[in-house]
Amino acid sequence: MKKEGIELIKDGKRLDGRDFDELRPIKIEVGVLKRADGSCYFELGDNKVIAAVYGPREMHPRHAQDAKMAVLKYRYNMAPFSVDERKRPGPDRRSVEISKVSREALEPVIIKEFYPKTEIDVYVEILQSDAGTRTAGINAASVALADAGIPMKDLVSSVAVGKIDGEVVLDLNAVEDNYGEADMPIAMVARRNTITALQMDGRMTKEEFDKGLKLAMNACRQIYELQRTALIERYSEM
Amino acid sequence: MYKVVIPGDFISEDVNRAGEGTYIEGGKVYAMRYGVVDDKEEIKVVPFVGKYQPARGDVVIGRITEISFPYWIVDIASPYEARLHMSEATPDGEKRIEFGSMHTYLDIDDLIVAKVTNVDPLMRIDLGLMEEFQLRGSSGRLITIPYTKVPRIIGRRGSMIKMLKEKCNCFIFVAKNGRIWISGKEDDMELASDVILMIANEAHTSGLTDRVASFLDSHRRIRMYNRKNKGLKR
Repeated sequence: MKKEGIELIKDGKRLDGRDFDELRPIKIEVGVLKRADGSCYFELGDNKVIAAVYGPREMHPRHAQDAKMAVLKYRYNMAPFSVDERKRPGPDRRSVEISKVSREALEPVIIKEFYPKTEIDVYVEILQSDAGTRTAGINAASVALADAGIPMKDLVSSVAVGKIDGEVVLDLNAVEDNYGEADMPIAMVARRNTITALQMDGRMTKEEFDKGLKLAMNACRQIYELQRTALIERYSEM
Repeated sequence: MYKVVIPGDFISEDVNRAGEGTYIEGGKVYAMRYGVVDDKEEIKVVPFVGKYQPARGDVVIGRITEISFPYWIVDIASPYEARLHMSEATPDGEKRIEFGSMHTYLDIDDLIVAKVTNVDPLMRIDLGLMEEFQLRGSSGRLITIPYTKVPRIIGRRGSMIKMLKEKCNCFIFVAKNGRIWISGKEDDMELASDVILMIANEAHTSGLTDRVASFLDSHRRIRMYNRKNKGLKR
């Protein structure tokens, strides 16, 4: 992963001026799509993500129905214009994997038994990407699911930590991700301290891992508060 | 003001009163849905939106989507399609309709008022036609609101719906699945559907009945004024 020649930390600050444990600015808007059952627009720094939820609705193909519970489908998709060099449209190895991991990150909180034989569709579109899109997607999807009135036990929040220039830092941006030593996205149910997804790319020692996990868990709690505020405020303006 | 909750919010420790839209964990009651808390005899969470889940005894407005002898397949604004047996639509108690002539009784896109007679574990929904409400061939308009807001349209002991019917001078039929049939004069229907959508949008706020009443009154005054002055003054 490591490419030489870029200094990622200067005078104790990162290239964009953040501290090691500082998140990028977050903006959350609920209910942005009129035709979807639930939706959410999520910004994490330069990441711009939109999530749409449809359902529960009749499941197709029928043979894939589950007689006891709803089936959750999750599609992570990057717009061709979301990255510097045009991304070939359509699903590829990477987005199929992210879709699966993200779905599994959300499944533990969704109470699927309420709508047997149906499907719940989650579409996450990455409009602009700057590292950490899968975590932004999970945050957006979690809010959109709540907005769609899906029965859930809790919200899921997600963030990445990584290692750059030997330091464990929170929420890598694209440059840090490309030239750093490790990247570790996690998703968790903030109030229960339950981790629902954890991936790691690169190398970290056990101490670094523990430190990173702690950073990420604290950040998830911050993100949870923002998700919560966005949902509550939507119906408090009147 | 009603209290807005999101999934996972702690609501109460009174497990015995936990109702719809909540779940119990570790001896405490939490919200299962995004909505408002309704704390009366039971503690419930009334979701802002959601998909209608059919239950036996519910009266719904359905739309025929398919004819599949001996059933009509009916869309009831739910994730599950419902079916209506042909014997339900024969007026003189005859049990059989000739194959191929079911559409003469009810055709595709016809609206029906029906009662859910059975929901089986495989989520097959059986309907019984309520013949006292004939929508086929009558004129009016159909509007759809989230089913969770139906109790709000009806109001406490029918107060809201009674007021709507009187002040809008319309026939209004509210079904459990969130579909509402309105029939009357064109501008009366316009008013009724506007007001119903307003109630649905503000269902989570308190003092709604009073606000709707004053809205309807002012609207009536404007209309009387317009009628007296015969539209626009030049």
